[in-house]
Amino acid sequence: MYSEKVMDHFQNPRNVGEIEEASGVGTVGNAKCGDIMRMYLDIDDNQVIRDCKFKTFGCGAAVATSSMATELVKGKTVNEALKITNQAIMEALDGLPPVKVHCSLLAEEAIHAALWDYAEKNGIKIDGLAKPKADIGEEEEEEEY
Amino acid sequence: MADKIIYMDNAATTPVRPEVLAAMLPYFTEKFGNPSSIYSISAENKNAITTAREMIAGTIGTTAENIYFTAGGSESDNWALKATAEAYVGKGKHIITTKIEHHAVLHTCEYLEKHGFEVTYLDVDENGMVDLKQLEAAIRPDTILISVMFANNEIGTVEPIEKIGAIANEHGVLFHTDAVQAYTKENIDVEAMHIDMLSASGHKIGGPKGVGFLYIRKGVKIRSLIHGGAQERRRRAGTENVTGIIGLAKAAELAILDQKEITEKEKKIRDHLIARIEKEIPYARLNGDREKRLANNVNFSFRFIEGESMLIMLDGKGICASSGSACTSGSLDPSHVLLAIGLAHEIAHGSLRLTISDKTTQEEADFVVDSLKEIVEKLRNMSPLYEDFIKNSK
Repeated sequence: MYSEKVMDHFQNPRNVGEIEEASGVGTVGNAKCGDIMRMYLDIDDNQVIRDCKFKTFGCGAAVATSSMATELVKGKTVNEALKITNQAIMEALDGLPPVKVHCSLLAEEAIHAALWDYAEKNGIKIDGLAKPKADIGEEEEEEEY
Repeated sequence: MADKIIYMDNAATTPVRPEVLAAMLPYFTEKFGNPSSIYSISAENKNAITTAREMIAGTIGTTAENIYFTAGGSESDNWALKATAEAYVGKGKHIITTKIEHHAVLHTCEYLEKHGFEVTYLDVDENGMVDLKQLEAAIRPDTILISVMFANNEIGTVEPIEKIGAIANEHGVLFHTDAVQAYTKENIDVEAMHIDMLSASGHKIGGPKGVGFLYIRKGVKIRSLIHGGAQERRRRAGTENVTGIIGLAKAAELAILDQKEITEKEKKIRDHLIARIEKEIPYARLNGDREKRLANNVNFSFRFIEGESMLIMLDGKGICASSGSACTSGSLDPSHVLLAIGLAHEIAHGSLRLTISDKTTQEEADFVVDSLKEIVEKLRNMSPLYEDFIKNSK
């Protein structure tokens, strides 16, 4: 059901991990629905993304889209990264099954959320960037069983 | 693709046993006659069906005239519920079932609700067990049917069927049980257990797909499912699925014959799997009742990770398993069974079901646990939920 590229990015995900003292961190998604993505950005003084890492709780497509998103933003400027769409992420993965399209939207949102955090921390405004909708840290309490 | 396949999804389906296939084969070719025709080759097929019916009847403690062949478990469940509702609407429009039934029952109940019936969905406890007091309290003068599954397909919990049957009988309410997972695995006696209708399927027991049966106690008013010829005593018309029926009966015969041995083998491997997973993988929860549990079922939730990811990685190692995560159900919600036993959504998403067979070896079980340890660790290392958990617990 998944393309070879999706399987490759799922089985050998690029840039998994955390960045200590990252320039921006964004978490999107919702454990209830089964997908959470967290993206870390390391951005230099010229607004170029030097490094990007991710952690994802979710299905194969969620992991693969996160992995691909990190590859796409690396080396880009903040403004270029903002223009990366879920469509671009999907195309880079040779497509996704229709039920998994939301995973690519989540990856796009994760980039935006991390950029928003970067902008907030540095007191700058990035044109065309709106406050991301969901940060699970704010609304979801960890439930015990 | 891995070199060797380890199949641990026997609750989804099973391979046809070679003896079953051998019994079926002649009925595709030389014994092709329509059982309803008059000539001798057809009479022979009619006799073969009669023998198959008697065989099946014997496995649940009834007689042949109460066995109706169908196209499988879903059809049997649909028939039992819809046709009873139609036949007993004069008495009332209330049905009692549980929150953990198979969709073949639940979605049929939803259909009936749209047609003016009222359905009570009983809760279950944290192990998936029905509360008999709640069941009895739910019975009303207009209750026409209680439908409770014999054993749950996801978590393997075996329900107190005999006690439920006694309660239904005492209150004069019909009792149907979906025994698709339990048939030939648990001892079933429809008389002692006061079961009025029972659904079963061929492909879960080493028989072919597309065949099953519905037991209907004599005297239960139930409408015809399919109108047409006189097959199945006019209640389910259509030329019999002769090969399927022969295969179903042979599979049932063999499964009952070897029941004790199969159960013992499966229990040993099941308990080994459970013990090793509980000992070696942290933050894992066994789902389903520890004691009253199908011999072939293992179901765990692993916190901080998602089921589909686990399944794909297991598949990469040649291991076939299933999960109750949303991604595998095609909706946003995880399994209704796991939610009904009280699991939080994100924990239900991380569930894994392993259903073994008597052919599963200890070596295979060990390979699965070793693989699982590696996979769970790998997925947790990329999980933001795990990262938060570790940071918060420091």
